[in-house]
Amino acid sequence: MRAYLLRLARWETLLVLLLGGSIWVGASRSSGFLTSFNLSAASSDMMERAIIALPLTLVIVSGEIDISIASTLGLASAVLGTLVLGGVPLGAAIFVTLLVGALCGLLNGLLIARLGLPSLVVTLGTLALYRGLAYVVLGQDSASAFPSWFTSFGFNTIPGTLVPWTALVFAGLAVAVYVLLHHSVLGRRLYAIGNNAEAARFSGVHIARIKIFLFILTATVSALAGVILTARFSSARADNGLGWEIDIVTAVLLGGVSIFGGRGTIFGVVLGLMLIGSLRSGLSLADVTGEIQSIVIGSLLICSVLGTNIAQRVRQRALSRRLTAQLATVGREVEAAGS
Amino acid sequence: MLDERAAGIAAPRPPRLASWLGVVARYRAVGLVLALVLLGFGVSIETTRFLALGNLENILRSVSILAIVAVGQTLVVLTRNIDLSVGSSIGLVAFISADTLKHHPGIGVGAVVVLGLAIGAGLGIINGLLVVVGEVPAIVATLGTLYVYRGVDFLLASGKEVDASDVPQRFLNLTTTHFLGLPIPVLFALAITTIAFYLLRSTVPGRELYAIGSNPDAAGLVGIRTGRLVFAAFLICGLLCGLAGVLWSSLYGTVGASAATGFELQVVAAVVVGGVNIFGGSGSVIGVLLAAIFFGTIDNALAILNISAFWLQAITGAAILAAVALDAFVALRIRIALRTGRRR
Repeated sequence: MRAYLLRLARWETLLVLLLGGSIWVGASRSSGFLTSFNLSAASSDMMERAIIALPLTLVIVSGEIDISIASTLGLASAVLGTLVLGGVPLGAAIFVTLLVGALCGLLNGLLIARLGLPSLVVTLGTLALYRGLAYVVLGQDSASAFPSWFTSFGFNTIPGTLVPWTALVFAGLAVAVYVLLHHSVLGRRLYAIGNNAEAARFSGVHIARIKIFLFILTATVSALAGVILTARFSSARADNGLGWEIDIVTAVLLGGVSIFGGRGTIFGVVLGLMLIGSLRSGLSLADVTGEIQSIVIGSLLICSVLGTNIAQRVRQRALSRRLTAQLATVGREVEAAGS
Repeated sequence: MLDERAAGIAAPRPPRLASWLGVVARYRAVGLVLALVLLGFGVSIETTRFLALGNLENILRSVSILAIVAVGQTLVVLTRNIDLSVGSSIGLVAFISADTLKHHPGIGVGAVVVLGLAIGAGLGIINGLLVVVGEVPAIVATLGTLYVYRGVDFLLASGKEVDASDVPQRFLNLTTTHFLGLPIPVLFALAITTIAFYLLRSTVPGRELYAIGSNPDAAGLVGIRTGRLVFAAFLICGLLCGLAGVLWSSLYGTVGASAATGFELQVVAAVVVGGVNIFGGSGSVIGVLLAAIFFGTIDNALAILNISAFWLQAITGAAILAAVALDAFVALRIRIALRTGRRR
């Protein structure tokens, strides 16, 4: 029973409870909360950030961070807009945009994994660099001459359902990242790197190669999110997704991923995303503006770490108590055998 | 023969990067001054307006707020922590001080400064408590307070902003008045940098900050009260944000709830380009001051040369990358120099 309770005392359990609570409060305060329209609108509003949060989880589990994600999204949007304005067919333009994203990730990865520079500083630099390049490419204009099939992908739902098309992208990616992190050799290696990079290196893990792959993956997915956002807004702008890096990192940490790496699950991150989405939607319906919602999100982020800290201390104390009890029993047995 | 044996037992000498390039690479201040001189020279060829006294004063005035906060951030980063909430703290204090003067125009400027300092200190104390007592990693704790402080700012402002015409002229004069030939914010920045330089270089708590950043566990083992000092670093950083917030609202006059949004990135950029190791333990406020001036000068030069301000962000990013890459290069050279020194 005790062991069972201890297993339940996980961050994900608390997230489920918080999520249920926020949905219950939202539904009881506003009749519009649980309508399919609101759920559909709330989820498509979160979708780009949710998509980026998935590969970012892998980066953070491996003990690094990437805060250039939102700038990569902006650069992708600007590149896509410029190419389409220049008459490049949309398919080719999207391909080039994703390629630009991959190159952004390659630069991050090379500087971090090959030169051994701290990822916080490198991606702070590329945060400014990529956003600056986005403005240099597209300026303050916006490009909106997109074919209708492209823009309808951004805000239409799958026929017959209320599921936005973009949710399909998220679901596919979530499954892929889940399998990668929890059911593959690479996933186990990510935890190993995040827990003890030195030990992982001595066990023959190619840390640099894996990290470069992670940064390329994250930036490419960010560029994909830029394409999706451009479709949803029917407009490519250099300032698309400005400041979103903080939202996305918050969602990942709220999902129970340790900022120091080595701990966290995709399930938790998905729950964290749903919690943020439901809170923001509920507060919006209660006429609370986005900036004031931040008070709730920020407090939740701080409490999430305070909570895991306390949970860990409790669990460690229980563990050490059990160990001392076992040692005492063993000691008594040895004494009894000796006498 | 004798020489060889003497060399063999000698302790490894400090690395010597003989070329002038090596000197530039090893001392960030030298490199930054060189970059500033080159930049100034290049811009002056294009236009004489750059070196005009009024323009230089403009640069210094806008740089001083960045420099004041960057000094506070330096103290925090030296201890292997970071304060991402500085932009929100400045914005909150800027709005409260402007709003207070709007509703109580009779209050003295000095009282507003004290109020700003008190609020800033309070915000710093919250950060410090979360990090030291709550054991929340600084990057997470201050990311959270970045949100919360900004949210409180918007809650207080509730959509309104304070206009320059709403506050007394003597408050706006705070940043334009000259004293000893320099605008007051510049004097503040110089005084704070000088005090921080002295504290970090020549006092026990200052040296202990470096010790904490180099190796927090070892610092605790040799009896340094790491918790107290980290708390103090956050407190002082908050205090300086408070001062910067008051100066901000005096300098720009019109203050809304979104003042200084994203300013934390410029501050961290100045600290890193100024040569402070993001993992703590090394760096000097002189480099940070020069880096702040460097960014202010680029900003101004782009405006004067009529180059789109969009380039500023790209250049800032490239400067950060160049600075950290240079650090890595120098560290590598020093390691190689040490190794060859030993072999000899």
